[in-house]
Amino acid sequence: MNRPEREAAARRIMERTPPPLPPGLHADVVRRGGRILRRRTRTRRLLWLLLLAGVLAFTVWALTARPWVEPPSDPTPPSIGW
Amino acid sequence: MRERHASQAARQAREFESFVAGAGGRLLHTATLLTAEAPDDNPRARRLLTLSLAHTYASWDRLRGEDPYDRTRRYLATRFAHGAWYRYGVLGIGRRARVHPASALAVLTAQERLILVLRLYEGVAEEQAASLLGLPVERVHAICDRATATLLHPPRRPAPAVAEAKVAPS
Repeated sequence: MNRPEREAAARRIMERTPPPLPPGLHADVVRRGGRILRRRTRTRRLLWLLLLAGVLAFTVWALTARPWVEPPSDPTPPSIGW
Repeated sequence: MRERHASQAARQAREFESFVAGAGGRLLHTATLLTAEAPDDNPRARRLLTLSLAHTYASWDRLRGEDPYDRTRRYLATRFAHGAWYRYGVLGIGRRARVHPASALAVLTAQERLILVLRLYEGVAEEQAASLLGLPVERVHAICDRATATLLHPPRRPAPAVAEAKVAPS
């Protein structure tokens, strides 16, 4: 038997007895798919919220700490022993 | 605006329903061949199919011209490949533990079934099957050849378990 014949024979074996389609398949798929979609929406919302909270925290910190202002120069050390 | 949105959603729902009705039978056959279950008793294949179709449903409005059948089949194949090593054993150890003897592909390992079904039953090209499974093309070719040979000339099985059970008590 050459290759095409062997492949055709294997294909015939595989094509025997197709399984019957379960009746509630579409409803099941829509239920599960809807769950996946809702989970995705929730995750996306949570990530946006986290990003927003991070930006807010950084802004508040920057406004209170003012890291861009030059720190006041140190005074001369106090003189001791005079 | 809202009305247009609603009508578009209804149209997509109809399209998806007809897609499931049209492709479900063939995909279920593919899944049943992969899990090597009996055609009329295939809970694992049904679960695999439901999960794959649910993923297609979740990305239905972002397909952008991609073939939904191909997408579902890719998800089904990769999901089976990832789950196969612990469900069906590694390197042939305990590989027939969960395989139904009524299945056409009961003599093959999970990887052989996957490649044979993708290549011959689904008609996926060798290169695509190889990139999907992360294997070299030569290896897919060799496994497909070996699986075809095993399927057409199954090795002699060890004595059936039923006969042993009958002999043991006497």
